[in-house]
Amino acid sequence: MRSVLKILRRDRGDNRSHWQCFEYESQSESDTVAAALNSINSRNKLVDINGAPARAIEWEHSCLQKKCGACAMVINGKPCLACGTKLSELGSGCITIQPLKKFPVICDLVVDRSILFENLKRMRAWLENDPYLSEGFQDLAYESSECIQCGCCLEVCPNFYTGGSFFGMSVLPVTMRIISESAEYRELSKLYSKHIYNGCGKSLACKKICPKGIDTEKMLVNANILAVWKRKKR
Amino acid sequence: MIYTKKGVNIIGAGLSGLLAAMTLAERGIECAVYSSQPSERAQSVLAEGGINAALDTMGEKDSPDEHYNDTMKGGCYIASEDAVKGLTDNAPDMVKKLCRLGVPFNRDKGRLLLRNFGGQKKKRTAFAKSSTGKIIMTALIDEVRKYENKGLVKRYPHHELIDMTTINGRLESFAVRDSFSGEVFSVTGSTILCTGGLNGFFEGVTTGTTQNTGNAAAIAFDAGVLMSGLEFIQYHPTTIGICGKRMLISEAARGEGGRLYILRDGKPWYFMEDKYPELKNLMPRDVVSREMFFASREYGGEIFLDMTGIKDTIWEKRLSDLREEIISYIHIDPRITPVPVSPGIHFFMGGIYTDNRHKTNIDGLYAAGEAACIYHGANRLGGNSMLGAVYGGMTAALSAAETAGEIRQSKPDGNACNDHMFGSSVMIREQLRDILLSGLGIVRNENELLQSLDKLSLLEKEKNIGATDQKRIRLGKAMILSALKRKESRGAHYRMDFPETSDKYRKQSVALYHNEKIEIDFCHPGDALKEVQK
Ligand SMILES: Cc1cc2nc3c(=O)[nH]c(=O)nc-3n(C[C@H](O)[C@H](O)[C@H](O)COP(=O)(O)OP(=O)(O)OC[C@H]3O[C@@H](n4cnc5c(N)ncnc54)[C@H](O)[C@@H]3O)c2cc1C
Ligand code: FES
Repeated sequence: MRSVLKILRRDRGDNRSHWQCFEYESQSESDTVAAALNSINSRNKLVDINGAPARAIEWEHSCLQKKCGACAMVINGKPCLACGTKLSELGSGCITIQPLKKFPVICDLVVDRSILFENLKRMRAWLENDPYLSEGFQDLAYESSECIQCGCCLEVCPNFYTGGSFFGMSVLPVTMRIISESAEYRELSKLYSKHIYNGCGKSLACKKICPKGIDTEKMLVNANILAVWKRKKR
Repeated sequence: MIYTKKGVNIIGAGLSGLLAAMTLAERGIECAVYSSQPSERAQSVLAEGGINAALDTMGEKDSPDEHYNDTMKGGCYIASEDAVKGLTDNAPDMVKKLCRLGVPFNRDKGRLLLRNFGGQKKKRTAFAKSSTGKIIMTALIDEVRKYENKGLVKRYPHHELIDMTTINGRLESFAVRDSFSGEVFSVTGSTILCTGGLNGFFEGVTTGTTQNTGNAAAIAFDAGVLMSGLEFIQYHPTTIGICGKRMLISEAARGEGGRLYILRDGKPWYFMEDKYPELKNLMPRDVVSREMFFASREYGGEIFLDMTGIKDTIWEKRLSDLREEIISYIHIDPRITPVPVSPGIHFFMGGIYTDNRHKTNIDGLYAAGEAACIYHGANRLGGNSMLGAVYGGMTAALSAAETAGEIRQSKPDGNACNDHMFGSSVMIREQLRDILLSGLGIVRNENELLQSLDKLSLLEKEKNIGATDQKRIRLGKAMILSALKRKESRGAHYRMDFPETSDKYRKQSVALYHNEKIEIDFCHPGDALKEVQK
């Protein structure tokens, strides 16, 4: 199958972007966008669809298996992981690929996602004492630990913007787990209300988009019970 | 400018890097952690099956001594006895520490569950379903965040090591490039290298990440850092080729009942069970991969991993991610249909030589995790690598704490980075990979190794090869030379021309780049620093 990848490009240090198209012939049914980017970059003397010389496409990658969040980008208008998106599922037409829009662009498809980590620091999301580790919570603790900090949930959130006081759902799984595991969480509850609960409009677009299938609604309910409704633990 | 008066640099932010940072910060020592990508993207998040510790929660009378014996035997007796003793004795405490950090390992009525893993008769592997590495990393990242907030840890998460200078056996400085701004700066002070395995030498055909380019090891080797065990490359028996890499089917699948077979006269032959009635499919990885190689050579066709006998509750409670992954990437439901598998490059036993305290031959430089060569000898047991990374990260930090001193960072320079110096070309990387693969397969022989060596010498002389590629080719040569000089078969190193294990080689190979020459030697396990200095 032949695809055309239309990629939004930007040079480092520049603030203007432009589109550039590349052709790609799939090697197999299960070829992903990541495979296409990789293969295009390994061409000797890279040229675009018009035969003009092109610089290698910069994009972040690491696991190539949907486990690290590095390769999140916007593909045909939808934020997703390049290594988890099959070309065959995107049809044979032109595929548009852009960097995530809510983060500053560094170069091509590479964005600066530091805000994800900064907000976790501002949430003071860490354990101060030994955790409960109750068996009833084991599955939820596991599910929340699977968050890969890719940023897709922030991309689709109607309420999140960088620098705002609403931190978005990327801080929820960790925060929910820490609240649930801690004996003392008054401070964290306040931060939770301020930076998550109050800002969330419950569109739950995050739940649908999460590439790891993390049920943010379940996480919210669990955190609300403890931090907002102040129910006793277990 | 002075970064701090008493601190340590850590390069690499996977399991070992984070453990090192946490250990230093707990003691009030500042550290700067440089890594090409944030911890969330490190290879450690891929680890699936679990981490070993003789916690003896399964009523099998397990003990650290047995863990020690299995590790030494699995590694074919060329790891340092003292180092392995430290590892296995401390393993239960390390896993308990991880529990205190909130890692939700699988538990049942308060008891930590352990599963079977290769090369070990007793259940000894603690796990969090089939994403153990990711789940441990999440808890560690949270913990390190606490120290970041206190100003004890500073993360530099898009900073790649591009150069290193040593003078008279002492670390002078190293240079990092900020891949966002393109700026380069140099850093002095005690440093721990936690840069992971040599995957990047085999780009596209390993189970690991694209991030572990192997450049850090090549740079260190060029700067005079002693390497060891480079001939020992672990081929994991059960992998499947997917786009750009090999996908691992964790040993946990066999630990939970998965069986390997090949079609012989049209019928499944469970060759591991016939040949090794005691450990069956759970023999150490070197043995299983070799048997697969011989079986497919003899009978042709594919080898299958039959997981259809695994109960639904086990899939759900212990292997859920694994099943989802197999379905997603190869469209086979392993509960119903056996999966075709073949061995793939998975782990590097070799790396930077360290003594029992994780010191390298260079003063002020330490190494830990998969970057270091210390615990695994000629073949690593499944579950021992994460253990080696956490225990090693801690031990390296304790050693580095003794030499913690002033750290200086130079002013960032936007013009210092020149692609010819620090970049690496795809074409050269691919050629290097293919040459190394032809010499360093599961089964090796002198002819092929000599051919690889010749080809590398030619490649080295090609025009316009950048400095980083030169260093990579040099380390590649050291791998081939180490395999060539070990004229015996041991663990992951199997020579068709020398199929027996020889007592003469019950030693660690070491490689040093000195006076523009690569020197290969064999030393008593754990004694290389003394012997090489002589
Ligand atoms: C698929 C898979 C499954 C596994 N399953 C298990 C298991 O079940 N049990 C087990 O014990 N082991 C397992 N392992 C092995 C184990 O995960 C690794 O050996 C271990 O996690 C390595 O940790 P580390 O800290 O040494 O390095 P890594 O986690 O690899 O981290 C390396 C760090 O170095 C950084 N880095 C690399 N190069 C540079 C550079 N030039 N400049 C700056 N930074 C750099 C990276 O960004 C990263 O932060 C598995 C491995 C794989 C690939
Ligand atoms: S590369 Fe890790 S999620 Fe795509």
